[in-house]
Amino acid sequence: MGMKGILRVVPKEEYLLPGNPSCPGCPASLGLRYLLKALGGKAILVIPASCTSIIVGPYPFSSLRVPVLNIAFAAAASTAAGISEALKVKGKEGIQVVVWAGDGGTADIGLQALSGAAERNSDILYVCYDNEAYMNTGIQRSSLTPYGAWTTTTPKGKVEEKKNLPMIVAEHKVPYVATASVGYPIDLILKVRKAIKYRGFKYIHLHAPCPYGWRFPANKTVEVAKLAVKTGIWVLYEIENGKFRLTSLSSSLIDPSKRLPVNKYLKLQGRFKHLSEEDISRIQERVNTMWDELMRLVKES
Amino acid sequence: MISLRRSKVMKLLLTSNYAAAYGAKLARVEIVAAYPITPQTQVVEKLAEFIEGEELKATMIRVESEHSAMAACIGAAAAGARPFTATSSQGLLYMYEMIWWAAGARLPIVMGVVTRAIAPPWSIWSDHADILSIRDSGWIIIFSESAQEVLDNIIQAYRIAEHKEVLLPVAVGWDAFTSSHTAEPVSLPEQELVDSFLPPRTPEPFVLDVNEPISHGNLTYPDEYMEFRFLINEGLERARKVIREVGKEYGKLTGREYGLIEEYKCGDADVILVTLGSMAGDVKDAVDILRKEGYHAGLVKLRCLRPFPREALLNALREARAVGIVERSFSMGRGGIIATEINSLLRESGVNDVVTVSYIAGLGGREIGVNDFINIFKSLFKKMERGSGFEVVWYGLRG
Ligand SMILES: Cc1ncc(C[n+]2csc(CCOP(=O)(O)OP(=O)(O)O)c2C)c(N)n1
Ligand SMILES: [Mg+2]
Repeated sequence: MGMKGILRVVPKEEYLLPGNPSCPGCPASLGLRYLLKALGGKAILVIPASCTSIIVGPYPFSSLRVPVLNIAFAAAASTAAGISEALKVKGKEGIQVVVWAGDGGTADIGLQALSGAAERNSDILYVCYDNEAYMNTGIQRSSLTPYGAWTTTTPKGKVEEKKNLPMIVAEHKVPYVATASVGYPIDLILKVRKAIKYRGFKYIHLHAPCPYGWRFPANKTVEVAKLAVKTGIWVLYEIENGKFRLTSLSSSLIDPSKRLPVNKYLKLQGRFKHLSEEDISRIQERVNTMWDELMRLVKES
Repeated sequence: MISLRRSKVMKLLLTSNYAAAYGAKLARVEIVAAYPITPQTQVVEKLAEFIEGEELKATMIRVESEHSAMAACIGAAAAGARPFTATSSQGLLYMYEMIWWAAGARLPIVMGVVTRAIAPPWSIWSDHADILSIRDSGWIIIFSESAQEVLDNIIQAYRIAEHKEVLLPVAVGWDAFTSSHTAEPVSLPEQELVDSFLPPRTPEPFVLDVNEPISHGNLTYPDEYMEFRFLINEGLERARKVIREVGKEYGKLTGREYGLIEEYKCGDADVILVTLGSMAGDVKDAVDILRKEGYHAGLVKLRCLRPFPREALLNALREARAVGIVERSFSMGRGGIIATEINSLLRESGVNDVVTVSYIAGLGGREIGVNDFINIFKSLFKKMERGSGFEVVWYGLRG
């Protein structure tokens, strides 16, 4: 898309105000900014305990120009379902109820409520910003922390794999599931706009590299996010009514020779600096296998 | 307003669980979010029937847990709707985090609590440990003796919760099985009558609204947090008056007036038993039998547990020489929960020439009936000679 096209897609209006308390290079604030631009302010945000509980600002201030309901860590999806049903009972149309939750609030403590809302096909948009650890409490591992990553609770590196959450959500047969990355804002905005055309449960899983938690300089958030996609570690796709489709740069990475070696991504981050050659080849192999599986999905669709 | 005389009254034979469902229906609840647990299930089943049969215009959110049930009620109430839920025992404990959230967020939610024992060991029978676990959270807690009271209390609970001077959630309790599964005749007020008593909820200025975006529950620093807690208590303190006014108004419409407590033959009583829920009926019978034998016995039935009915209790109890508190609850390492509160109320009010005895009875559904209450009364008539003091008795423990 050319520059003009981009400007047409992204509204100038800002809904996340400058001067908010996010860290330098914070991917959550990037994602929130794009999300709210895409929603054009017609949204109610539900935010469980996470870094964003801080970013929204301390009482009596708010850094967001949409209504926000802060809520307990495990309760985001069900709270949003309650709001959504209440708006319907009250005859209020055209307002999107959006959950904005971290990977911990989504894949760990909030998974039950998320699965419940997805299975009931509650009319909400659920966005998980995945910074791959509990950042608000100081970098503890989550089930979305990738293999090998250092966190304060995995000082020698995580030994388990990252849970494949978007696919788990897709198995609930909801109308729309997508992945996205803060390094690809246009792709994200287009997906948000597509998602909200559906009634029912929509899920967007947003990759969000965190300088503080992943140990890279604050000016490299977008670079790291892009490298995750370019190496094929993070894949941009959408599943619309069960139909799988690679999007943006990922759609040109089926040919393995187009993908950068994973080390290009890993070596920028302090959380992976202890990895052995063996670990790195293991990660590369996993990525290759994952793409083989994705090829199958592409062919099926 | 429609007067009692002009309005027709329908009588139905209902369990307390069904009475709760009828109460919620008459209150025109808009969102029902609940998760099944014995002995609460029929409340939700009946409401599902009402909704699917289009007798009640509401949405049922069939959540996957009690934590989500209360979360959905919180979302619904924050968006301006009138939500209802019901639970019991383990379910109430499972939603505990959201219980505090609902009160802290000042949301007018009404919840039925079918009081049941807490495991382990598993027990599905009557006990008040569950509902009393929420007593410090800011919820208003109202207890019911009969199916009629359950219905009446649920209707009144919305008036109280949504009152501008209160804005706090209300829990309405009733006993497992003795009430929940026992059918009694219940007068159903006409819908029109209830509508005149309980108009639709007028959303408060801080309801979620895209045209007036505000943020709820943001991080609050130490120099502001205390005020939020203080204000919850202020709301509860004001609720005492509101509960009385609402109870009076309801009485005018239906002939059934409600207060914070109910006194039975307390005027000249030397010994008063304080209790709540389904036990109260048997205590009344015991009082009547003992009065015939010449004993000056009386009963105080607690309707409102939070806010604590300080003045009402003091008025009822201050002339008694012995007060026995019979409750299905206990604070481990201390004493009967309600008994310790009443004992300290009396002492802090300078009433020292009274013997208070905390009777722990009926835990996990242990039978307790008229004869037991007669025994308890008779032993209190002996204990009253001591003049003062506090004692805890586990009544009917097996040797
Ligand atoms: C029930 C409960 N347990 C634990 C916490 C503490 N807590 C607050 S935020 C958080 C981690 C959040 O992680 P994530 O969802 O990934 O969001 P992030 O902080 O990374 O943005 C934890 C453990 C809490 N608030 N509530
Ligand atoms: Mg996180």
